[in-house]
Amino acid sequence: MAGPRNISVSETSRPVLPRHAKLKYDETRKVWVILAPERVLAPDEIAVEVLQLCNGERSVGDVSDQLAAKYAAPREAILADVIVMLQDLADKGFLTEAREKTS
Amino acid sequence: MSDVLGNPMIPPDASDSLAVLEKQRSTAETFGIPLAVLLEITHRCPLQCPYCSNPVELDRSGKELTTEEWKKVLSELAEIGVLQVHFSGGEPTARKDLVDLVKHASDVGLYTNLITSAVLLTREKLSDLADAGLCHVQISFQGVEEGLADRVAGYKNGHRKKLEVAKWTRELDLPLTVNAVMHRQNLHQLPDIIQMSVDLDADRLEVANVQYYGWALKNRAALMPTVAQLDECTRIVEEARERLKGTLAIDYVVPDYYALRPKKCMGGWGRQFFNISPAGKVLPCHAAESITGLDFESVRSNHSIAWIWQNSEAFNRYRGTGWMKEPCKSCEFREIDFGGCRCQAFALTGDAANTDPACALSPLHETIFKQAEREAEGETNRFLYRNFAGGTLESENGA
Repeated sequence: MAGPRNISVSETSRPVLPRHAKLKYDETRKVWVILAPERVLAPDEIAVEVLQLCNGERSVGDVSDQLAAKYAAPREAILADVIVMLQDLADKGFLTEAREKTS
Repeated sequence: MSDVLGNPMIPPDASDSLAVLEKQRSTAETFGIPLAVLLEITHRCPLQCPYCSNPVELDRSGKELTTEEWKKVLSELAEIGVLQVHFSGGEPTARKDLVDLVKHASDVGLYTNLITSAVLLTREKLSDLADAGLCHVQISFQGVEEGLADRVAGYKNGHRKKLEVAKWTRELDLPLTVNAVMHRQNLHQLPDIIQMSVDLDADRLEVANVQYYGWALKNRAALMPTVAQLDECTRIVEEARERLKGTLAIDYVVPDYYALRPKKCMGGWGRQFFNISPAGKVLPCHAAESITGLDFESVRSNHSIAWIWQNSEAFNRYRGTGWMKEPCKSCEFREIDFGGCRCQAFALTGDAANTDPACALSPLHETIFKQAEREAEGETNRFLYRNFAGGTLESENGA
């Protein structure tokens, strides 16, 4: 079954796009898009960068660390922005969480 | 994050895909190529729903594009910038090459939706479709229990089969949309249809009131809801949307006879939508062939799909506002709703360039509204079932 509904994104979540939401570069229009059932979303540059890092293994905290280092920006501000963006996507039903791994 | 494509069948009002497309110059120069295209790959269907959106004159199987022709269409669509395709019909699974077509669409990078009645699917076939890259399944339901649902579809045991396929869909981890077409004879089941969608673990529910063209127009007296029914329907949808936020998204289409302003049909003729018929005609709307006197070009012609979209006479005839007569011509809403639906204007007034009578400014609005009210209160409940023979009237005892 697909991931749970009503995901609450936090620093420790390890989100990933579900199989039915595809991040793709649209060569014709020269924009990134997320393809989903009956929807085409237009993520901004930051959202694209975040989503490319969200592979179901990295936590939201890890993603924020990487972006903070790359842009030499305050981590807490980035973390807050990333959570808002991902939560918006989750509320639309286009984000899932990797299940706990049994190690 | 902006949603640039609503339901492609019934595009959203304000922020349509053109906002994104017109900034970037795409293959078709003035009007950007649509993001999603509806492929009606066959008109064959085991169901006989009296409101079928297919034209009354159906394409016979001998006229259908071949597998190779459809593959060529899919490649061409991907090349010119289409992002999603909806495999529809008729019943798309009636074509034996569907898995092959879905695979090809995925290979060329298209996002694929299946719009199906589900009754011909086996679990194995659905699994093959998922393996071929199918991204989303939309199943039509005619009601919430088999007595009514099977009667509307004119197909025994269909409802039971649909429930089974919906379950397989979720087991295969495919997102599910329930498509419920609503009318006078099933609107009372709406609360249960919403619950059924939740129970089936659907992501989306389309509550689509019948739009009265083609088959549905022939069956209008048996289908038209009362104003009171419609108000109740709207209330139920609004309540459920709030209650099920994050669990089930609900799209809602009202019958426009009772509206004061017409719908922006297809987002405006030739602006953001086209579909391809079983025989390969490129159409501005799936009902467009009901407008006589328009010549629609085929993918079998010497022209590319982008050329047909951009330059063909049929697409340009009702594009923009230049074709309008009064009261549309000087109307402040002319670029908001583009005068409503051309097919409805043609069906009800005999001229597709007239204002859609759904609009309160149409001289025919009052007459049409009264007629709908009268039919809604009437006793006619027998259906004229959709088939290749031009329709068969339901027998008195409902068989």
